[in-house]
Formats: sequence, structure tokens, C-alpha cells
Amino acid sequence: MWKFIVRRLVITFPQIILLSLLVFLMAEMMPGDALSGLLDPNIDPAAIEEQRIKLGLNDPWHIKYADWVAGLVQGDLGQSFKFKMPVTELIEQRLVNSFWLGVATLIFTYLIAIPLGITSGRYNDTWADQMITGYTYIGFATPLFIFALVVLWIFGFQLQWFPTSGSVEPGMVPGTFEYVLSKIQHLLLPSLSLALITTVNTVQYLRSEIIDTKQKDFIITARAKGASESRVYNRHILRNSLLPIAAFFGFEITGLIGGTVFVEQIFGYPGMGQLFLESVVGRDYSVVTSVVLLFGIASILGALISDIILSLVDPRIRIK
Amino acid sequence: METNNVNGQDQVQDTTKSPSGASIFWREITRDKMALISLIFLVLITAFVYGISLFLNKEEIVRVDLFSIHQAPSEEFWLGTDYGGRDVFGQLIIGTRNSLSIGILVTLMTGIIGIVYGLVSGYFGGQVDNMMMRILDFFLILPFLMVVIAFVAIVPTYSVWTFSLIMTAFLWMGIARLIRSKVLQEKELDYAQASKTLGSSNFKIMFLQVLPNVTSLIVVTMTLNLAANIGLESGLSFLGFGFPESTPSLGTLLSYATNPQTLEYRWWIWVPAAVLILLLMLAVRNVGEALKRAADARQRRG
Repeated sequence: MWKFIVRRLVITFPQIILLSLLVFLMAEMMPGDALSGLLDPNIDPAAIEEQRIKLGLNDPWHIKYADWVAGLVQGDLGQSFKFKMPVTELIEQRLVNSFWLGVATLIFTYLIAIPLGITSGRYNDTWADQMITGYTYIGFATPLFIFALVVLWIFGFQLQWFPTSGSVEPGMVPGTFEYVLSKIQHLLLPSLSLALITTVNTVQYLRSEIIDTKQKDFIITARAKGASESRVYNRHILRNSLLPIAAFFGFEITGLIGGTVFVEQIFGYPGMGQLFLESVVGRDYSVVTSVVLLFGIASILGALISDIILSLVDPRIRIK
Repeated sequence: METNNVNGQDQVQDTTKSPSGASIFWREITRDKMALISLIFLVLITAFVYGISLFLNKEEIVRVDLFSIHQAPSEEFWLGTDYGGRDVFGQLIIGTRNSLSIGILVTLMTGIIGIVYGLVSGYFGGQVDNMMMRILDFFLILPFLMVVIAFVAIVPTYSVWTFSLIMTAFLWMGIARLIRSKVLQEKELDYAQASKTLGSSNFKIMFLQVLPNVTSLIVVTMTLNLAANIGLESGLSFLGFGFPESTPSLGTLLSYATNPQTLEYRWWIWVPAAVLILLLMLAVRNVGEALKRAADARQRRG
């Protein structure tokens, strides 16, 4: 057990190093550097050159990389030249919003997936199952951004049930009940539309998992012992089918990251995804690289969590 | 008596010669009405958009005309005009063609890389496989959308080609992994072992003997990938990091809907494109599922 976790952790480090190299390469390919955004054009080019040497901008790449990593470890992600503030501070504000969006989406994903998956697995080939598989089939083929646009159009603009942008009503005092309520109201539409599309994987997986388990010997034994149908399902089948779903938790995080970019853009939700797009358009490259790096690390950790849970749940994986 | 005889002969022929892949697929697709309709739809729309764009004047369509901004559908403009006074219907045709082209291009390129990577990794196994899988895992973990957008933004000479190359660079892993796991099984089979004993080169076994045996998997995966790639491309264009505006894709038309005014009042700009993307993806998927059933004897309906 521990051996597996340690071995898995050992793989994680080279992954993070590779990621940092990729992001560093990106940063190097980007036009401009830390000085070009800050300086007055009237300053003498020779003085700029002197500053560049002083700041180490003319060093060979491996020294630059080492400097950059040293900064990262101390939490220094550089300066945003558009917002004129440290990237760390800028990201902090947005990260909280994205975090809540992610939490809400995960809750909805499982709230939708578990009942639907169980119904369609337990009563497979009935009309209810056909409806649910129909939904998953269409959900697979529907791009998230189209679905989100339609949701925004119907519930935001036509019915006007929900706000169409922002993360909170302006002028609210943080900490009050209304503030929290307004936050939740702004969260509902983006998280629900993201969850409704991403959940179809889990629904399908749970369905086939239950159908598989239904025919196993230990279920026949349970029935033969005289266990009631509800006991067979709730105790024997569910426990076995839900575990792999739990293990995919980490991969869900990875999947969410791409989704938040679309959803935040469409619903005007000020999170990391929106910040990322704004920075790319505004050529605020230090923010771009930082967001890619952070989300990359989040994905790597997500996969790590999933693998560890999976190894706890399924002993066969540990042997590999 | 005679008719019986003829039937008997037919049966003998059937048992000696197994049906060809195409005929299995044809039987499968005629059993599934949805797949048949999808296939016909795809063929028609592909022929239509590629055919008609030969006669369309592309400059005429993407030219900005400030006198006819945001016009509702009329006889002159079947689907109205966008914010630049450009005909939406014409853009829809060109957009569908561009989306299809890039979808096919990316699918082919990822297919080639994935097949070679998967074959080499699965065939050689051991340390080579281990190493190659670690690299693949790394690519798989990257936040695809953000990395692609970042590269699109920093590439100095941006064109449709660099765009598809960037997409390919981060999309080949899925098919590579599938091929690898299939090749791992396939190389243990008698024919591959026998060929090895006879002294065939690794290259010959891999590409001339194992590869033909995994074609059904390749065809199925690439069809399903095509649907996904059309979606990805339109998503990137929607965010503004796909095709440039002078070469509209279906996603470009949808990106106009990020303007709340357009989203709320000018449905003719974005709804047709949204419906088309949905139909294209569903149709390609339907055909892919039919192919999948044809490739796997246990799932066949006919």
C-alpha cells in the first residue's frame, strides 16, 4: 500500500518539473519581458540594457529557469503589467470564486449522476433507462459552450430567473445573509450547466458498473440467502459500484478546469478561467503562464488523488 | 428443387468466405435507422458545403458592409447579417466547410501520431513502453484548453496550419493509448509470434502484420475523435482562439453570441450555427457507434 503511494509520488515530481519547463518555455517564447511593460519609453536604451543585466534577463536559459523556480517556491509569480499588481494577489481574488464554482459543480455532478446512474442500472432496458441513456447520448455530443449559451439565453434572458453575469450583486456587504444568497444565485446557472454536461460520463459509468455487478456470483448468493431486493441493491451492489466513482473524483477536477474557462466566459463569472482569457487577450503574459502552471499542478494533483483512492479501493492496481 | 439448390450453394459460399468489413458495416447501418439517416445527412452536407463553396464568392461574404449591419433574415440575406453586415448564411456554409476540414485534418494527424506511438510502445513493451507511457501520461494530464490557447496566443505566424499543429500536439494521446493496449494483446498471438520466429523484422511485423489487425479499432476511434475535434475546434473559435475572423468557422458565428444583445435579440446569427454543430457531432457519433458495433461481433444487431 505505502509502497504504491510512494512510487506514485515519485512519478509526480518529474511531472511537475516537466510542466514547469513547458510553462517556462512558453514564457520565453512570449514577446516582451518583465521590463518592457514597466518602463517609460523616454529612458535611454543603454540604461535599460544595464537594468536588464542587473535583473538577469540576459542570462543563459538555465540560470533564468533556476531564478524563476526559486521565485515560484517563495510564492513570487511576477508582476501583472496590466493590473499593476503582483500576480499572486490578483490570482487570490479569482481563485476563491473558481473554487466555489468547482465545489458547486462537483456537488451537482454527483447529485445528478448517482440517482440517474442507479435508476438506469437497476431498471436497465425500461423506459426510464432509455430516457437516461438518451440524455447521456445527447450530453456526450453537446459541446459545453453551446449548452451554456442556450441555458443563459433561456433562464438568464428570456425567463430572467437568474443574473446573467458577475459573481455577486454589486453593493452587497460581505458576510451578510443576502451576500451569501446572492453569491449562490450567481453560482447556480454556471455550475448547473457545467454539471449537466460533465455528469454524463459518471452516469454511464455507474450504469454499466451496476449492470456488471448485478450478474456477479456474490449477488446471486445474497439473493439466495433471502436478502430483500432493497438490501441487495443498497448494501451489496451500490457499495461495489460507487467505489470506482469515488476514485474518479480527482479526474473530475482535471475535467472541470477546461469547463470553467467556457462557463466563466459565458456567464461573465470572474474566476480563474475568465482571468486567463482576459490576460491572453490583453497580452498580460506573466498572468497567463501563472494560471497555466497553477491549473497544471492542480491537474497533476487531481490525478494523484484519483490514483491513490483507486489503489485503496482496488487492490489489483497496487500489484502493477 | 432448383431454387433449393441455389440457396444451398449460397450457404456454402457464405461459410467459406467471411463477409467483408464494408458489407458488415453496411448491414449494421441499414439495421439502425438513426445511423443511416446520420450517414446520409453527413454525405449530403459535406457534398453541399464543399460543392457550393466552389461557386461562392468568399471575399463577398467576409467583406464588411456597414449599410446592412444586423439585418433580420430577408430574401436578400436568408439568415440575416452579423455586426459587420456580412451574410450569415454564406458564413454558415464556409464555416461548416472550415470546421469539417480542420476536424478531419486534426483527426488524421493525431491518428497517424497516435498509431505509430501506440504501435511502438505496445510492440516493444518493457522499458520502452514504460518510458513512453510516462510521457503520454504527462501530456494527458495537461490542462488541454489552456495550453492550446496559450500556444495559439504566442505563436508568431498564426495560420490554420499552426492552429491544427498545436491542436494535434496535445490530442494524440487517447488513440495512442488505445492502440497500445490492443497491440499488447495482439503481439502475443500466434501469427505475430510465428512471424517473429520466421525472422521478420520488427518493422514488418508492426506495420504490415499487426497494424492491419487493429484497423477496425482505428477506424472506430478516429470517427468518434472526429466528432470530438469538431466540437473542440468550434469551442476554441468560440473563445476567439481558433480560426481568424476572415476565415469563419461555426464557432466564430457562435462567438458573436457573447454579446448579450446578439444572444437575446438576434437569434439568426448564432442559433443556426449551434444547431449545425450539434447535428454534425451527433451524426458523426451515430455513424461511429454503428462502426463500433460492426467491428465487434458481440454488439452487432444484424
